[in-house]
Amino acid sequence: MATKSGRTISSVREFSAKSLLIRWEFLLILIFAGVNIMNISLSPYYLDAYNLFTNINGFLTKALVALPMAYILLLGEIDLSVGGNVCLSATVLGVVYNASGNIWLGILAAIAVGTLCGALNGLILTKFSELAPMIVTLATNIIFRGLSERILGDGSTGGMQKIEWFTQLYYGRVGNMVPYLFIIFCVLALVFGLVMHKTVLGRQMFAIGENSKAAEYAGIKVQRIRMLVYTLAGLICGITAVFYCSWMGSVKSNACEGYELEAISMCVLGGISTAGGKGTFTGAFIAIFIVGLLRYGLNLINLSGQTIRIILGALLIAVVLYPTIRDAIKNRKKAIK
Amino acid sequence: MKNTKNKIPGKISGLLRSRESSLLLVMILLVAVIQWRSGGMFLTGTVITQLTQNYAYTIVLSFGMLLVLLIGGIDIAIGATLALSGMSTSLLMASGVITNPFLAFLFSILVGMACGWIIGVTISKGKVIPIIATLGLQYIFRGLTYMVSGSNWVSSDKMLAGYKSFAQGSFLGINNLFWIVIIMFVAMLVFLKWTSFGRQIYEVGSNPEAAKISGIHIDRVKIAVYTINGAIAGLAGAMYTSMYATAQGNMANGAEMDVIAACVIGGVSLNGGQGSATGVFLGAATIAIISKSLSLVGIDAFWQQALKGGIIAVAVLINVIVQRNAARRALERREI
Repeated sequence: MATKSGRTISSVREFSAKSLLIRWEFLLILIFAGVNIMNISLSPYYLDAYNLFTNINGFLTKALVALPMAYILLLGEIDLSVGGNVCLSATVLGVVYNASGNIWLGILAAIAVGTLCGALNGLILTKFSELAPMIVTLATNIIFRGLSERILGDGSTGGMQKIEWFTQLYYGRVGNMVPYLFIIFCVLALVFGLVMHKTVLGRQMFAIGENSKAAEYAGIKVQRIRMLVYTLAGLICGITAVFYCSWMGSVKSNACEGYELEAISMCVLGGISTAGGKGTFTGAFIAIFIVGLLRYGLNLINLSGQTIRIILGALLIAVVLYPTIRDAIKNRKKAIK
Repeated sequence: MKNTKNKIPGKISGLLRSRESSLLLVMILLVAVIQWRSGGMFLTGTVITQLTQNYAYTIVLSFGMLLVLLIGGIDIAIGATLALSGMSTSLLMASGVITNPFLAFLFSILVGMACGWIIGVTISKGKVIPIIATLGLQYIFRGLTYMVSGSNWVSSDKMLAGYKSFAQGSFLGINNLFWIVIIMFVAMLVFLKWTSFGRQIYEVGSNPEAAKISGIHIDRVKIAVYTINGAIAGLAGAMYTSMYATAQGNMANGAEMDVIAACVIGGVSLNGGQGSATGVFLGAATIAIISKSLSLVGIDAFWQQALKGGIIAVAVLINVIVQRNAARRALERREI
């Protein structure tokens, strides 16, 4: 047993860490409510459920990528290759479908290619574990997108919309209201959240993010988990590609540009630290909807896409500055006392 | 003991074994292959002039990124900084406020400096991780570029004649823009090697704790480095708009990735504290040569991106393997 003083110190710390997390999500919920109130006051049509779901669907393909990104950030790493990966997988889907005439073959190929691309990242990063994930995934992003460019050239691949049920993957709705994609996204998010917070694997990911050396000495198979997470990210990229094709009906080599940064900013806004080991999945989940709905609301008042980017950028900076400013204020108060 | 044995040949073999010389060797081989495959079309006056002119701004940007990477940071907002400074300068020229090309360059550098200072303060005082801070500020700078220009272009006829002709002109047979590269390169060499501030940058990057204890104001160094990097991006913005004689909102989109790649090929470590101006210069030149020569060698232009990515990946992997070998050799030398 620890000494008495040691105990009290550790319990105090735990308490403050917990309350900090509660406050963080509380803050996010406040922002979420604020965004919704703003949107309602901007347009009387905002709360029309059908309309709302249409717009939510619009950002859910991007949000799918944010799910595994949360894991990668939790490990203290980053994956800049997801945009290129989705693009390449979607390209393969289109090309395989057009060559074989079988959409199932296309879907399988897309998911396989996505998973393989993710596994490639994982393989390089685990075999050469001293490499910075940022630079490796930066390179593979250029490679993936470059391959897609090589396959498609200036043109595009398409024709998937001829298959009714494939289009329905994105556009279809349960009871003519709730989109399939929304349900799939929520189920996936639930699974991702439960794994992160309720399983041994999740705890191990937190440990790696906190201190990967210590985690390794504690017997956690760090490299195996990293490999798993990067491959999982690839798998989700493949799935995202299927929905992207269903949505757009055609693919060009610049598809999904910037998905990686968008996904990262969603997670960071949700309180998942890029330094690793901190954050909750609920936070990321709320943040995904904050970003998506804020963009929708700003669209409602006809703000240009670029102005919206400024606002989203400012929100991101404000959120990451918040803990520093809060601590500074707290310290000043303490000093005055 | 073993050191004394290695002392005399150590310097020469060290030079030969250094990252820069092997990179130079690769570059010479590359040029030779390109020259051979293109049937002697590469090493001609026009191609070299185009090469030095078109890629001058990337090389200049790489020097700024070198400083940032040396302190263990990263800046993915330089493309946006370039666009914002280039665009605001061009707008002021178009509206007749700036009537002197020199002032235009100066103004662009100042705008870049301001952007860089904001990044530096956010990272050091705000304690935000560099990639996230620059990700957010990249959105803001790029958005501002579109905002100030009203999403319009500044066309060539609205720019000062002297400003446009600067990029086309040459001195002693070398393009003006490349003169900037040469001056920057020499300045960087001197700055990083022989000034105390240059040494402080290395110290902050290789061991921030030790640097702090030895009395270096880490925050001040960080802010200064990001401000210098911003100023360099501003300079590159003026070079870019001067060369293309237009300013568009989406200019230099994604330039940061090329620049980071150039640094990594040049042997700069992303963990900070490791890298040299010579290496970065060679790395950026290698990327420029590859981009320029693909069409000459008869490789489909659509291969360009994939090849570039492949080269970065290979460069990074070679880096690691070399480092592993060096570490193993060091262990063997200590006879453990």
